[in-house]
Amino acid sequence: MLSGDLIRLTAAELGAAIRDGETSAVEATQSYLDRVAAVDGDIHAFLHVDADAALEQARAVDARRAEGAELGPLAGVPIAHKDVFTTRDMPTTAASRILEGWRPPYDATVTERLRAAGLVILGKTNMDEFAMGSSTENSAFGPTANPWDVSRIPGGSSGGSSAAVAAFEAPLATGTDTGGSIRQPAAVCGLVGAKPTYGGSSRYGLIAFASSLDTPGPFARNVLDAALLHEAFSGHDPRDSTSIDAPVPPVVEAARRGDVDGLRVGIVREFAGEGYQTGVLQRFTEAVEVLESLGAKVVEVSCPSFRSALAAYYLIAPSECSSNLARFDAMRYGLRSGDDGTRSAEEVMALTRAEGFGPEVKRRIILGTYALSSGYYDAYYGSAQQVRTLIKRDFDAAFEHVDVLVSPTTPTTAFPLGERVDDPMAMYLADLCTIPANLAGNAALSVPCGLAPEDGLPVGLQIMAPVLADDRTYRVGAALETALRDRWGGDLLARSPYAV
Amino acid sequence: METETGSAAMGSAVTSGPATGGGSVLVDYDDALARYEPVLGLETHVELGTRSKMFCSCATAFGAEPNTQVCPVCLALPGSLPVVNGTAVESAVRLGLALNCSIASWCRFARKNYFYPDMPKNYQISQYDEPLCTNGHLDVTVDTPEGPREFRIEIERVHMEEDTGKTSHVGGATGRIHGAEYSIVDYNRAGIPLLEIVTKPIEHTGDLAPLVARAYVSELRDLVRALGISDVRMEEGSLRCDVNVSLMPRGGTEWGIRSETKNVNSLRSVERAVRYEIQRHAGVLDAGGRVVQETRHFQEHSGSTVSGRSKEEAQDYRYFPDPDLVPVAPSAEWVEELRAALPELPAAKRRRVKAEWGLSDEELRDLVNADAIDLVAATVEAGAPSGDARKWWLNELSRRATENEVELAALPITPAQVARVIALVAEGALTNKLARQVVEGVLAGEGDPDQVVEARGLAVVSDDSALGTAVDEAIAANPDVAEKIRGGKVAAAGALVGAVMKATRGQADAGRARQLILERLGAGG
Ligand SMILES: [Zn+2]
Repeated sequence: MLSGDLIRLTAAELGAAIRDGETSAVEATQSYLDRVAAVDGDIHAFLHVDADAALEQARAVDARRAEGAELGPLAGVPIAHKDVFTTRDMPTTAASRILEGWRPPYDATVTERLRAAGLVILGKTNMDEFAMGSSTENSAFGPTANPWDVSRIPGGSSGGSSAAVAAFEAPLATGTDTGGSIRQPAAVCGLVGAKPTYGGSSRYGLIAFASSLDTPGPFARNVLDAALLHEAFSGHDPRDSTSIDAPVPPVVEAARRGDVDGLRVGIVREFAGEGYQTGVLQRFTEAVEVLESLGAKVVEVSCPSFRSALAAYYLIAPSECSSNLARFDAMRYGLRSGDDGTRSAEEVMALTRAEGFGPEVKRRIILGTYALSSGYYDAYYGSAQQVRTLIKRDFDAAFEHVDVLVSPTTPTTAFPLGERVDDPMAMYLADLCTIPANLAGNAALSVPCGLAPEDGLPVGLQIMAPVLADDRTYRVGAALETALRDRWGGDLLARSPYAV
Repeated sequence: METETGSAAMGSAVTSGPATGGGSVLVDYDDALARYEPVLGLETHVELGTRSKMFCSCATAFGAEPNTQVCPVCLALPGSLPVVNGTAVESAVRLGLALNCSIASWCRFARKNYFYPDMPKNYQISQYDEPLCTNGHLDVTVDTPEGPREFRIEIERVHMEEDTGKTSHVGGATGRIHGAEYSIVDYNRAGIPLLEIVTKPIEHTGDLAPLVARAYVSELRDLVRALGISDVRMEEGSLRCDVNVSLMPRGGTEWGIRSETKNVNSLRSVERAVRYEIQRHAGVLDAGGRVVQETRHFQEHSGSTVSGRSKEEAQDYRYFPDPDLVPVAPSAEWVEELRAALPELPAAKRRRVKAEWGLSDEELRDLVNADAIDLVAATVEAGAPSGDARKWWLNELSRRATENEVELAALPITPAQVARVIALVAEGALTNKLARQVVEGVLAGEGDPDQVVEARGLAVVSDDSALGTAVDEAIAANPDVAEKIRGGKVAAAGALVGAVMKATRGQADAGRARQLILERLGAGG
């Protein structure tokens, strides 16, 4: 098969082609490595690519097939892995100077499961430092470009992963979603991205930003591929106490089924109006009409506490991060600054942290330290937790009447690189619609619903479902994807300048 | 808890907290008590004897090569996560029950945030406003010239937390941080499960305060040992005490400002620290001063305390519930199962042995003071009569422990070995004098009593032929004495027995030798 043909295949198709012997894992891997070599100079999706290691993994898959072993659906399929997951054989930096060059002695559970499924890890993708950001501009190693328009952001924090998949540098990628870090980049890059139920995928080996929110999830160019990847790395992990001991929801089956007949769909009233781009609302409304035409019952739902979600999030996430990032102290690993034999440990810690962390990370550490301080705890962290409870109640109340909730994934399409770097509040607004699902721990997924007429950039539709009802988000996503593909006469991504 | 304050040095220019210790004016103890009433508070940390650490599966053995019992979790490598050790929770519940506490049906771990190089995460996982066990009590007995007096110590809380690593300061004269060239950290201890037991303020103890404090720690230690949740080796730091002391003028109602003396590591030190702080506080108050609320360090060599960090520079620990862990929710059934399975506790055991062994109050007190009840009981269980067992532990072995400055239980001899020595004496295979030599051999690491007897050739010479030869020789060598005995002066036999003992290097059975001498000389007996 030709290299261009191979990278055009969906992950499911590529996996099948490898199983059927129409191509090999090595051939598929080499095709993607060639693609990375060709375009990543423009995109900068990867922080680290290890061609030798990737080819070695691919050879192992081919060898197993040659021995007659039964291969899984994604065996031999290449994947781009967010640099926030520890990998034994590659550096892991969370895009921070403070971890530059660090090689972990252990694999994250997600990494382990990717390997076990025979996925071939091409390399580690760029991100906002410690997953703090919505544009990947907070990476210590330079920004990533959006393949739809290289002058624009690819979303964040998992922007390297979304850009890699959108630029056909990988058919699949991992991400983590703390406030929208998978769904928002998926939306602005025209991809499918899922935030599984909190506790549905393991955090062990995921470098923590905000422990009660961080959730690993998949990126793919279509709903079924996302479901296959979701299934491959999810499920209970005894090494993560917050991992849920329950079977993985039947997401693959739901993605194959893809029907919404009789399904009750709620539109969140609070996610519209000022601050929303006209073209985003237009595509969203059209997509809802499509769902209705497919037999869904659409109703409007009010979730008043969602208005306070952003404020609560920016107290809870920084509070947790201020404590989670305390371990980067130059004592045991990573950067060490100023250790000239005259300074005390405290001074070396302070100098290292001053040099090693970027401005956004410092901003959040300071915010969180303040919010947890004695005398302020109740007013800040305490109230934010109460808002969190109210948001859960709003979800519970809504799910008594509807099966899923839908909203635009982001208020706007991809904004230009540099536009919001000096305006943190504007940057934070990119996660307005995605944050409630993180605070409540629900399942959510973003699926492309067209290009905004005014800028020709992708718009995403977010589907939210109750805890452990991830399959519903895939069902609705797949139904919408099929209907819109018919309307568009093919994949949305085929219209991207980086389409193959 | 912190194990040390001040800054750890990486280089040679080290800064450290104030270390002013000298200059304290001490008031005579009785004078101080005449004017002031002490109020105590004790916070005790017990290192649990679980096989693995609190939040990872690393081993906990004491004394391993530095940094060999570590993993991504207890080194706080990026991405690692804690998982609670169920055995540690069980130990905490059992101690809570033994201390008559209420057990929370739901509680959480909290993060205590502060930077210190021996704490890998730069926060300690502990419990804050939701402790596992609350509102208990422990009764302790203190001996007074008027007889034993009982005090009820109210327990505020028992909670779970993890230990820190251990920092050593290299270079410099004192081994302390001040003046050190550099510091090294051993993370083997990081993450070892700890229970912290906090008392409510202890009032109305008067001049018995130091003894009450000591009795409490001693009783707590025995309780922990009886539960089998820790071997409590105080010299290895597996039980550490923070001692809070404040004084209130006699007849007053308002408590004074307290000092907190950290890491007091032996029963004797607990007593001394309380006594010293009472005298020091009284000195400050008598001079019209204000006691500084501060952390102090106990100086083992001088029995005094020196100032550490004052509360003015105290840190804000920014406690919040640890989002990496799920709540601990012991079911009522499980708690009741644990309660039903509690072993005999020290107080009950004291009552039982007193009755079973027929002890007087004084005899029991001696056993308690020598910390020997469990050792004697185990020796009795190994077959020895209680009287002999008590005699060995309270006399010979206590003396040896004192000589070597170790606790009785830390002597390298087991109750079973003591029981064997007692049996050998009873069989007549050893004299008491030889038995002491056997014990000496066991303590010196020469093996079991039988091995020591064999190796040192200590068996009693009661074999009549060997003894008979020695007797004949003694008679032949002392004809005058022999004549006197033949003449009826039986008392003179002592001299010949002495000669026999000398000839056999003390290994003869003296009674048998005397019998043979009298037989040979026709003097009956
Ligand atoms: Zn460990």
